[in-house]
Amino acid sequence: MKATTAIIEAENIKRIYKRGAEEIAAIDGLSLTVNRGDFTAFVGPSGSGKTTLLNLLGCLDNPSAGKLVVNGRTVHENGRGLSESQLTRIRRELFGYIFQKFYLIPTLTVLENVLVPFTFFRKEGAGQDVRQLLKKLGLEGRMNHLPAELSGGEMQRVAIARALVNRPEVLLADEPTGNLDSERSLEIGQVLKKLNEEEGLTVLLVTHNIELARTARVIIGLKDGKISQAR
Amino acid sequence: MKVKNSQKISLFHIAWKNLARKKTRSLLTVVGIALATWVLISLFGFNSGYKNSLDRDIDNLGFQMLVVAKGCPYEAATLMLKGGTGLKYMNEDVVRLIVREPEVESVTPMLMQVVFDPNKGQSGGLTAFLGVDPASFPRLKPGLSFKQGGWFTDPAALEVVMGYEAAELEQREVGDLYLIPEKNIELKVVGVLGRSGTQDDGTIFLPLQTLQKIFGQEGQLTSVGIKVSKEANLAEFEEKMFKLPDVQVVSLTQVKTTIMTLVSTARILVFSIALIAILISIMGVINTVLMSVMERQKEIGILKAMGALAGDVFRLVWLETSLLCLMGGVLGAALALGTSRLTEYLIRKLLPFAPSGGLISIGATLILTAIGAVVLLGLLSGIYPAFRAARMRPLEAIRSEEE
Repeated sequence: MKATTAIIEAENIKRIYKRGAEEIAAIDGLSLTVNRGDFTAFVGPSGSGKTTLLNLLGCLDNPSAGKLVVNGRTVHENGRGLSESQLTRIRRELFGYIFQKFYLIPTLTVLENVLVPFTFFRKEGAGQDVRQLLKKLGLEGRMNHLPAELSGGEMQRVAIARALVNRPEVLLADEPTGNLDSERSLEIGQVLKKLNEEEGLTVLLVTHNIELARTARVIIGLKDGKISQAR
Repeated sequence: MKVKNSQKISLFHIAWKNLARKKTRSLLTVVGIALATWVLISLFGFNSGYKNSLDRDIDNLGFQMLVVAKGCPYEAATLMLKGGTGLKYMNEDVVRLIVREPEVESVTPMLMQVVFDPNKGQSGGLTAFLGVDPASFPRLKPGLSFKQGGWFTDPAALEVVMGYEAAELEQREVGDLYLIPEKNIELKVVGVLGRSGTQDDGTIFLPLQTLQKIFGQEGQLTSVGIKVSKEANLAEFEEKMFKLPDVQVVSLTQVKTTIMTLVSTARILVFSIALIAILISIMGVINTVLMSVMERQKEIGILKAMGALAGDVFRLVWLETSLLCLMGGVLGAALALGTSRLTEYLIRKLLPFAPSGGLISIGATLILTAIGAVVLLGLLSGIYPAFRAARMRPLEAIRSEEE
């Protein structure tokens, strides 16, 4: 069952970087609501603000202005935001992240890499079905392999498993197929779609790959830090 | 390592695997710490071993104090340095004055004589003779053992007991005759002492009366060895002895203090070198861990994105530092133990004076203290890299490679 309540609400948020005397608005007064169970892809040219927006929505970065509410809690308002440790606590309760580069620990096996988040935090009820999760992602035969023994697609699926092991409500994927060929890219797209449809996982995806973006139910186009189109 | 389902990975396991990534770098750092620990343990072991051996040697001397004629060299080495000249004598009556004191447990009168032996070595050399009282001297020197034979058969016998090295040099055994140079008197060798590591090894012992007679020094002594009771106040007794006419008092406690002061001066120098070695290895640890942190910025960013708090990252990096130091400390301790005999051999070669017995004493307390100290230093040196890692913001860390 898919809930439709808002999990992330951004209201006129801005992210301004200073480069010397110059101010660059990577996100420029953007408003957006993400509901539970959404699968949204952000597309746009390089420098349009896709990754910056994902980082703001995922509490990896603080907006410069505007209001951001995550899971009912005001994360940022009128230039004042939560501390890094408060943001960490929100992140570990709500979010899972995957990146273009997989950042697996090369000396740990697949299973060990997936279990690393539990070293720092284990959400109640999480960790009972790690093998099931790995099986679902097609990694059951690779559990005791090192990352160097895996293909790019397999490494990204390990990164997805690691992001999901603590049962996040939202999965943030930043160019997850940037290092993969088109076949593996669509394979990852199908994995994300399945997780959204079958598990009700909210997925926010940033990609250049329009084929991958089409696996999402909503596609938002960004340009110059603003929403240029949505469908 | 196989991890069972729903198990978590320990911080220790992650830290260990992180160190295993750059095996050569980690190994070199561990070796650096091990070498510093080795030097540290060997030095402290030497300090304690040398002191114990010196104590034992002085206890083996049997007497804590010597009364010698004023201005007389009181040990053979000084006498030799002076070319065997400068001997001063005191009358045997001084013994009666000494034994009156209640602190005295026993005394042994001695007469030292030195002669030039033209057959010694290539161009001749000095030979020291010590006339001792056959009744009291063996009692006061319980540490002396015989390789062959025993003490004199009579207080006025024409007999000698040779020190270990003196017998080797003169190639004499029990039953052989020994001719005193210049005097043309033959004496029978009745005993050869075992090696003691002291000046006794090079000495030729005669009964006191015999030596006095041969050298025409009847009734004369050069020194009196005194053993005082355990309860006696050495300082007070020393004061009393100073009041005796024409004598000087040599306390072996003073001799020991003088030697230890000389050794301590050398030790301070070596400790300084050890300290520098430790500081260098600590810098190596900081460098290794800091490099490792900088190389893993993105990974640390991911850990923080996954929920690791600053304290978790700090503990992880700190644990890596502690592991390096612990491994280095244990390896260094093993090296110190394994090479203690070689180290002792080298030190013995370098030192002008070394007591007999073990020079290096490495006990469990020393090993544990040294390892503890190295780990503590490691923890201190790990603070900065751990702090750098802990304060990284996840996004900045993840972006770091692109910048």
